[in-house]
Amino acid sequence: MATLTTQINPRSDGFQANEKAMRHEVMKLRELTAAISQGGGEKARARHESRGKLFVRDRIDHLIDEGSPFLEFSALAAHEVYESDVPAAGVVTGIGRVSGVECVIVANDATVKGGTYYPLTVKKHIRAQEIARKHRLPCIYLVDSGGAFLPRQDEVFPDRDHFGRIFYNQATLSAEGIPQIAVVMGSCTAGGAYVPAMADESIIVKQQGTIFLGGPPLVKAATGESISAEDLGGADVHAKISGVADHYAENDAHALQLARACVSRLNWQKRGQLKMQEPKPPRLDPSELYGIVGTDLKKPFDVREVIGRIVDDSDFDEFKRYYGDTLVTGFAHIHGYPVGIVANNGVLFSESAVKGAHFIELCAQRKIPLVFLQNITGFMVGSRYEHEGIAKHGAKLVTAVACAKVPKFTVLIGGSFGAGNYGMCGRAYDPNLLFMWPNARISVMGGEQAAGVLAQVKREQYEREGREWSKEEEEAFKQPTREQYERQGHPYYASARLWDDGVIDPAQTRDVLGLSLAAAMNAEVQQTKFGVFRM
Amino acid sequence: MSQTDSRTTPFDTLLVANRGEIACRVMRTARAMGLRTVAVYSDADANARHVREADEAVRLGPAAARESYLKVEAVVEAAKRTGAGAIHPGYGFLSENGPFVEALDAAGITFVGPPASAIAAMGDKSAAKARMANAGVPLVPGYHGDDQDDALLKAEADKIGYPVLLKASAGGGGKGMRVVEAPEQFQAALDGCRRESQAAFGDTRMLIEKYLTQPRHVEVQVFCDSHGNGVYLFERDCSVQRRHQKVLEEAPAPGMTAELRREMGEAAVRAAKEIGYVGAGTVEFLLDKDGSFYFMEMNTRLQVEHPVTEMITGQDLVEWQLRVAMGEPLPLKQDELTITGHSFEARLYAEDPEQDFLPATGKLERFAMDLKGAGLDPRQVRLDSGVETGDVVSMHYDPMLAKLIVHGDDREQALSTLNRALAALDVQGVVTNRAFLQRLATHPAFRNAELDTRFIEKNEATLFAPKQYSIEEYAGAALIGLNQLARECESDSPWDRHDGFRLNAPHTIRISLCDPAHVQDEASVVVVEGTRASGADPWDLTIGGETLTARLQHLEGDAVAVTLNGHRRRLQARRDGNVVVMVDPRGETRLFWRRIDAIDHGHHEAESTLTAPMHGTVVALLVEAGQKVEKGMPLMVMEAMKMEHTMTAPADGHVESFHFNAGDTVGQGDVLLEFAPAE
Repeated sequence: MATLTTQINPRSDGFQANEKAMRHEVMKLRELTAAISQGGGEKARARHESRGKLFVRDRIDHLIDEGSPFLEFSALAAHEVYESDVPAAGVVTGIGRVSGVECVIVANDATVKGGTYYPLTVKKHIRAQEIARKHRLPCIYLVDSGGAFLPRQDEVFPDRDHFGRIFYNQATLSAEGIPQIAVVMGSCTAGGAYVPAMADESIIVKQQGTIFLGGPPLVKAATGESISAEDLGGADVHAKISGVADHYAENDAHALQLARACVSRLNWQKRGQLKMQEPKPPRLDPSELYGIVGTDLKKPFDVREVIGRIVDDSDFDEFKRYYGDTLVTGFAHIHGYPVGIVANNGVLFSESAVKGAHFIELCAQRKIPLVFLQNITGFMVGSRYEHEGIAKHGAKLVTAVACAKVPKFTVLIGGSFGAGNYGMCGRAYDPNLLFMWPNARISVMGGEQAAGVLAQVKREQYEREGREWSKEEEEAFKQPTREQYERQGHPYYASARLWDDGVIDPAQTRDVLGLSLAAAMNAEVQQTKFGVFRM
Repeated sequence: MSQTDSRTTPFDTLLVANRGEIACRVMRTARAMGLRTVAVYSDADANARHVREADEAVRLGPAAARESYLKVEAVVEAAKRTGAGAIHPGYGFLSENGPFVEALDAAGITFVGPPASAIAAMGDKSAAKARMANAGVPLVPGYHGDDQDDALLKAEADKIGYPVLLKASAGGGGKGMRVVEAPEQFQAALDGCRRESQAAFGDTRMLIEKYLTQPRHVEVQVFCDSHGNGVYLFERDCSVQRRHQKVLEEAPAPGMTAELRREMGEAAVRAAKEIGYVGAGTVEFLLDKDGSFYFMEMNTRLQVEHPVTEMITGQDLVEWQLRVAMGEPLPLKQDELTITGHSFEARLYAEDPEQDFLPATGKLERFAMDLKGAGLDPRQVRLDSGVETGDVVSMHYDPMLAKLIVHGDDREQALSTLNRALAALDVQGVVTNRAFLQRLATHPAFRNAELDTRFIEKNEATLFAPKQYSIEEYAGAALIGLNQLARECESDSPWDRHDGFRLNAPHTIRISLCDPAHVQDEASVVVVEGTRASGADPWDLTIGGETLTARLQHLEGDAVAVTLNGHRRRLQARRDGNVVVMVDPRGETRLFWRRIDAIDHGHHEAESTLTAPMHGTVVALLVEAGQKVEKGMPLMVMEAMKMEHTMTAPADGHVESFHFNAGDTVGQGDVLLEFAPAE
């Protein structure tokens, strides 16, 4: 027992200012999320509804256990990426509990560009399948899509992680014993036809679902045959003649009920084995996270104030408390699940890197999931540190992070810059899930540093050429870099491109991690084999 | 009347030749008096409550009553095997069976009840009336003759003037009894009555009576000992009946004067003495508006509704019966008996009032009364029940599950207690008339004591009005649903919290509700959207554009407090399958919670009325296969729970084939016949 206490004063001006700034960011995030959840706009929604079809999020509500959580991924996908709006990249993905089983749900939103696949739609779909593989979660596809977005065929069709990967994943997931269930609630044209065809079990909705390799216009063009979509590949065709669909649904609600029944027959058992404790809420108030963290990355805070508002009972057993103290490591529980927490509390030094590697080894040995709380400007620089071999010490941390096979979850709670991102389990290190807070920033280095480095190079070039470079000129040179870094390092920019699995409200962090941990426990926690640690 | 020796033989073991609540109730007193108790049972009751509670129990035979509870030799044999010196018959079954009493006399076993001669005298209703006339007890005009020729009976009915009541001479309990409104209905009614009477009593003789249009059913409890003493323990009003079965009873009868009470009481004692009565008996009268009363019949047994008399007199009538059977004199004299307060009894039946009181069967998933939650004083409430949670209500016997009896200082107070107690009664798994009883008890006409044996028919419009739900009722049901969801967690997993977690959005849960009678009707569905910022906040419930702030607090037992926009109400909240049940003293609200898995999306065949409404037996096929029939013509008769149900032609056409023959047992939902409508 080591209960964290707090040093903060919620009445202080600093706290109040932080709180206000973060609350503003959270409200912006909520408003944007609410707008995105409306899909493709009034006209498309009205058309969709007039066909007797449920909206994509209503479908998910019907599919999951009543009142149970839905952990949506990357709602901001494709946000301000394309010339026109493609809310949520036209596909809703997430983990929901169906008939008592956590499942990955991939649901097309036909109100967004007819549910067609933009490059980021493909990326999001494939990312959801990756999550399913990593967590060993059954997949349910609610299909209502016109297939690939043809104008961008070069970005969606040919490459390894393009459209074909979806079906490759269906086959290989199924091969791993991860069930694939498709519910055809609208079009499934061309490549899309393979989603139900590749599924273990498929359901089709009467008068709504169609499956065909070539739609009526293509058939007409190719063979001259005139046929309606329903007669070509409707529910009656596939449930009674072709056998492409296994279950016949009267309507959307019925189809979702059938999908629930499919899941209830999976004989599903979780394989994770963690020694649980009774979950207890934190003693410290999670809503105070806003005032502690704020939005100004230059203002430091003690990361234990954050940990104490995420973990059960604010109970945190710290490991190597007084060694390498810019990295905080220790054991705690989140929603009853044991975790090892690795959290930045300043720039990384050799000691902190080695301490982190040691702690990760402990967790891997004991099969305890890891939670990384990133707020890192990078590793310390300078001759003293290079000479003591900070590069090889940092490498130890990176090796440990990369090789650890326990479930890993990363939350960017502040800055995520440079090699710090690697050592703290950035996207490249394959964490099970990665989330960002709205105040976080991600880039190879800070905008100011990048502008400084580039300016330094430029200045050296000027000096070699014996030219003068005024302060004003330098400032004008640096400004676009700063702006570029600020724009590209923003969580919305990152999330739009699937560099993370979503931007989250800090106050929901504990629940998000709890849900993620619980989902990860569908898979067996694997034995880790580390690579060579440079000594 | 002389006594056989066996009547005064002391006994230490009592066999109760009955089942259900009355067997339990009799054994309770017997145990308190230090007697050993013996139950008897049929195969259907092998693990029934009365069997569980008895010291010993003996199997009588198969489920059918005539092969078990009505089987005289088996009961006598059971008494001999267990050394029971006396048999209490309860009510129904062998309680008014002369040959049974004679068999006991022959076996030297005490019958807790009147001598066979008294039973015979009253059992034959026609002969009884003649004797009552002699004793100066007023009678309703009628025909009680032995000549049972159809034409003669019809002529007698015509003479008395319609409406008339046709009644099995050997009958009781509403079986083999029908009101005939017009001459042309007479023959069909006579046939039906005879069939029922034959099935129930093995006798087809009928009597006919004038059917009074606004009578009250007032009966007097009498008690006689074997020493020539007789008293009356005042009256009960049993006017609220359905299908001639009592539903609500009370004592004393409202509006009685001391004079009328004495007059009726003395007439009742006179009637009992006339036939040499011993033990507990009830003399039933029809009380007309003008205060004149007519002898209807005498029940030579303990009545179902005897507890209301016990409540107002403070006496244990079963104890009196047993003492009299032991040869003791009556414990009290007439002037030592007084009335204290007012009492009601409500009969809880397994039946569906919304479907013409069709008897119901099934397993009692829950049978409990939460007095604490209802804020009731246990001394004022008594539940005489023959069942417990987990028991199965079968098709074989009377559908009465229990009797709820309350006491109060006056009628108003007792009625209010009855309401609250009915609200506290939680029966799940089997359809009952519980809510209907509450509607009756809260009905203004009943509260004003506007009593009449046709109370239910007369007030049908208000008692069966289709339910209109208020916003508050939807909100309350949704809140209870949300709360139920929160408690459905099977594990500590955060996925098991049903709190509607959504990322970067308020927690949101939608609850779909509809009238339980219209579950498949999408148009009747009302969606309540609940949102809240966090688990600690109250829910904002949005219903059709209106938003209420809602909070639920658990009180003791089933009781909860629902606060909607600051208006707090206490009620008892339950679940009955997918139905949210909210009960408060004003009545019951039931809303079907349309959860995704609760809706049947299957292909629906056209509704057919030609399926068995319940488990039962086919009595008769009324037409030939292939015979042309008109819409509404009776095709087949089945019997279930001792009531007849007639299947009629749904349209003009003909029966293709019958799936069953007379005597076959059918299960609920079985298709009885194939019907081909005319082209």
